[in-house]
Amino acid sequence: MQVYLPIAEVSVNAFLLLGIGGLVGVLSGMFGVGGGFLITPMLFFIGIPPAVAVATSTNQVVASSFSALLAHLKRRTVDMVMGTVLLIGGLIGSALGVLLFNYLRSLGQVDLLVQLCYVLFLGVIGALMFIESLNAIRRAKNPAARVVRRKHNWVHNLPIKMKFRVSGLYISVIPPLMVGTFVGILAAIMGVGGGFIMVPAMIYLLGMPTKVVIGTSLFQIIFVAGFTTVLHATTNHTVDVVLALLLLIGGVVGAQFGTRLGVRMKAEQLRILLASLVLGVCTKLAIDLLIKPTELYSLTMGLQ
Amino acid sequence: MIRLILSLIFLALPALAEEEIVLGLSHDQVAITATFEGSDILVFGAIKREVPIPDQSHLGVIVTIAGPDRPVDIWRKDRVAGIWVNTQDVEVDAAPSFYAVATSAPMRDVLNHVEDLNYRITTPRTIKAIGGQVSDSLAFMNALIRIRTDAGLYQRLEGAIDLEEDTLFRTAITLPANLTEGTYEARIFLTRNGRVIDEYTTEIPVRKVGLERWLYNLAHEHALLYGIMSLILAISAGWGASAIFGMLRR
Repeated sequence: MQVYLPIAEVSVNAFLLLGIGGLVGVLSGMFGVGGGFLITPMLFFIGIPPAVAVATSTNQVVASSFSALLAHLKRRTVDMVMGTVLLIGGLIGSALGVLLFNYLRSLGQVDLLVQLCYVLFLGVIGALMFIESLNAIRRAKNPAARVVRRKHNWVHNLPIKMKFRVSGLYISVIPPLMVGTFVGILAAIMGVGGGFIMVPAMIYLLGMPTKVVIGTSLFQIIFVAGFTTVLHATTNHTVDVVLALLLLIGGVVGAQFGTRLGVRMKAEQLRILLASLVLGVCTKLAIDLLIKPTELYSLTMGLQ
Repeated sequence: MIRLILSLIFLALPALAEEEIVLGLSHDQVAITATFEGSDILVFGAIKREVPIPDQSHLGVIVTIAGPDRPVDIWRKDRVAGIWVNTQDVEVDAAPSFYAVATSAPMRDVLNHVEDLNYRITTPRTIKAIGGQVSDSLAFMNALIRIRTDAGLYQRLEGAIDLEEDTLFRTAITLPANLTEGTYEARIFLTRNGRVIDEYTTEIPVRKVGLERWLYNLAHEHALLYGIMSLILAISAGWGASAIFGMLRR
């Protein structure tokens, strides 16, 4: 069934969009990532104009993250206090990121920067998670090996300490604020919610338990993505509500399944899957940059 | 001398009015609805004559349909430090968002070069003012035409017009689903030995209607409201799915 999208001005198959939404929804429920880094390239691929794809996927991210968050709230795996601190950092970061983005656009080549950002961050994060999860699985299989307790590092020696009861942490608010700001900057430049950076940052930098990380990440992604959606809608008029609706119907259903799948799996398995996914997308983007494209020319609509 | 000029004018006038186009269109407008999948426009007509069919020269019919002009940037990638990046671009002031040209015979038989320049009939002639600091702007123009042809937006339909008895003609032109909204212009040319002897122009408005129209207007005129509406939709869909799944589990 073909549907004509009023803002994107293209006609696409409705079931294809439901499928894409569903697939990304499953992933977002399982891993606590918004799925922006997957859904945006998929929309490019089926011929949605890039500006519309970027803006609309942020709206879809709000929906699937909200659906998954509710499931996490019921299981009390959301650290609201930590989420709020991260969010404050995130909003500061995305404002800075938008300024940086506009400055880079005035220099040209912003597309290349976005692609290189994707390759670099997906590659580094994916590889780190993959290695770490493999080690964790090896340790679990070999109980004779001594489990190394997480050491107290510089993160734990900073002032303004706060109690994060759900996470079981008593640390300074400065590291979460910094993480939030950094992710906010990247999110604005790369046009994603930032979950795939936030999740590992919370695990490895802040030392939060994996189960709490996902719900907390979703909590803050909803606000950042919602903020971005309204920003896109008011400045560029590129949010396509029909496209968003089809994606999010698939997405919310997928997210519910994803959350249940996630509960059944072990934390290490979950992390190794997310790592493979991140590395896969990274490889695809890197190949696009390295291999000679079949069509050297591309068209962009001039400013109207 | 004056007599000679007058007699030439008198000779020329009936020649111009001798053959005229009478046209019909299957659609006088195209409505883009939620389930729009593109549209076939049937262009048909007849050639009206006061005199018998001149048989010594070759008659041709050309039909063009052009979408609204839009500026476009054409980028070319080059290898820089091992990766492929956009290096050069050419800005086109105005290129039709859609262009189809159908003829009754091969293009070179129905249209000569000078008339093509005058009336801007073939696709390259419709692209206006290519600018930029590149030496090979022709390669960029060809790329623009190639990419849009692959997308079905530019169509060259040589010999697609049925011309019967040098009098009745008909052709169907397919408008793809990814149409730009605006006023489309249909032009029909009648040629003799490659020279245009009559031209007929009509407009086909292409408009979004119903829900599509309403959403488009809302997004542009009440952007904040539209943005908030999108968010509410997203939140309620997320909540709804969660509630339904919660009930199913019980």
